[in-house]
Amino acid sequence: MDLALFRRRSDYEWEIPAHGAMRVPAVIFADEALVRAMDDKVYAQAVNVAKLPGIVKASYAMPDAHWGYGFPIGGVAAFDPDDGGVVSAGGVGFDISCGVRCLHTGLKRADVMPAQKALADALYDRIPAGLGSTGLIRLGAGETEAMLTRGAAWAVERGWGRVEDLERIEERGQMPHAKPGNVSPQAKKRQRDEMGTLGSGNHYLEVQEVTAVFDERIAASFGLAPGDVVVMIHCGSRGLGHQIGTEFLKRMAIAASQYGIALPDRELACAPIRSDVGQEYLGAMRAAINCALANRQILTHLVRQVFAAVLPRANLPLLYDVSHNTCKVEEHRVDGASKSLYVHRKGATRAFGPGHPDLPPAIRAAGQPVLIGGSMGTGSYVLAGTAGSEALAFSSACHGAGRAMSRHQAMRTFGGRQVVDDLAARGILIRSPSTRGVAEEAPDAYKNVTAVVDAADAAGLARKVARVEPLVCIKG
Amino acid sequence: MGIRGFGETCAQAFEQAGLALTAVVADTGVVEPRVAVPIDCAAPDAELLFADWLNSLIYEMSTRRMLFAHFDVRIDGERTDGMRLHATAWGEGIDPSRHRLAVEIKGATYTALRVARVGGEWLAQTVVDV
Repeated sequence: MDLALFRRRSDYEWEIPAHGAMRVPAVIFADEALVRAMDDKVYAQAVNVAKLPGIVKASYAMPDAHWGYGFPIGGVAAFDPDDGGVVSAGGVGFDISCGVRCLHTGLKRADVMPAQKALADALYDRIPAGLGSTGLIRLGAGETEAMLTRGAAWAVERGWGRVEDLERIEERGQMPHAKPGNVSPQAKKRQRDEMGTLGSGNHYLEVQEVTAVFDERIAASFGLAPGDVVVMIHCGSRGLGHQIGTEFLKRMAIAASQYGIALPDRELACAPIRSDVGQEYLGAMRAAINCALANRQILTHLVRQVFAAVLPRANLPLLYDVSHNTCKVEEHRVDGASKSLYVHRKGATRAFGPGHPDLPPAIRAAGQPVLIGGSMGTGSYVLAGTAGSEALAFSSACHGAGRAMSRHQAMRTFGGRQVVDDLAARGILIRSPSTRGVAEEAPDAYKNVTAVVDAADAAGLARKVARVEPLVCIKG
Repeated sequence: MGIRGFGETCAQAFEQAGLALTAVVADTGVVEPRVAVPIDCAAPDAELLFADWLNSLIYEMSTRRMLFAHFDVRIDGERTDGMRLHATAWGEGIDPSRHRLAVEIKGATYTALRVARVGGEWLAQTVVDV
């Protein structure tokens, strides 16, 4: 993008002053190189979000922002219900509560490497991954309602996890005010065979090694040290969330004009928070968040089973679980007063700062763990929320690297088999049912995650804590 | 990922876009049209109808674990309450050993959504989220 389009607030904060129908400015957090490399559509989309009713302070874009659907991926916006604020199905997206969780293993690299191949094969055998794969669990109607109401807490009650996992999940594993009755029979049917599945595309399960620590105090609080082996799981609400997103996108696109909302882009389909459609969506969307939390909890259980069989010395407590595509009601300081706002994060991570009461006591002083997924061949990062993040962007940070190349371009550029062989030569074992999928997800199809994370750190959105690199990757 | 269908009629453009949808997921050349699935949808205008058509296919692919290779679409645009689509999609169950699978599709977005006559033919396009 052309830097002349922005007012430079600092080296890492770029403002698009409010103009035309914009109600607030738009702000992009990134360094100069990242802003220059961003798609022009990020500018247009950040501006469009700033035109929505009831938006508070600004429309924000994180350092990994790229062209999305309505909102940019990496977009954050908060809406005030007292000021006609809206909730947007487009602003949450199809993969509701897609997120990442990180498990400790209690093992070091040296413990794992002798069993690396056995571990990769066992995980691939046990974790349903890829298009058309089905989970081992079939839910009846009553169980589906319970799952959609209680999320990971339901999964733990069913024996798929530990009670102590729950405090390490946003909303303590159970999104309140979910309304399973607002979820259509079609959405429930789409989920019928998909509980405990990874999905495909950029979803993955990785065994990783901590290769660098940047903040020893916070890393110690998180239980991370160089050489430690962790497991990261990236997936979401599967077919149920996709169907809810699809249905409410259409309903809100049609209903917007009835509420007098002029949509700058149909994909920004939204409805007033205090409207029937808005409330119905919130109930369904929260149920989808619970579905995602339950799904990652079941996958956690499967991972623990595999480690128990292959590396029985392992213990796998949960470090933390974050969600990326959500709308959540949060209290934030605005102009000196506390306001209850509906914060949309589309491809962005909540990043509560130190001392936030919603964080578990053991890590509260450190700030919320922010888990940033990279690509199969690069690294991922663990960051921590900062005290200043709330004032910057409603306690939000980036969520990943972002694609540098389209899937089509990647498929034409890389061979899936070659990618697997190249990574194996570097000591990274890939297991996937789809060689084409591996080609489309080749490491070089992604941007440099380190540049994104460094910008988030320098901007003050979140503090860099540790870098992890893959040893095993299960791709859907 | 963007998909685009062209045709002499709007219905043909929808059919070709259906094929493009399958190409996102798998190798279309090896999908056999063995089973017929009826699809009906309605929307206030042609663009929302197109998104509905794709989302109906995505739903059937997901719940039936099928891929589709041939489409017969009929569009009724003369109604006062909007537009309706009646279609049959032919395909078969997913076979990972033959279909060279890539990614599943989450939904058809309204990004770059367009149904229009361009030059002498119809165009139907949008971006699907994978």
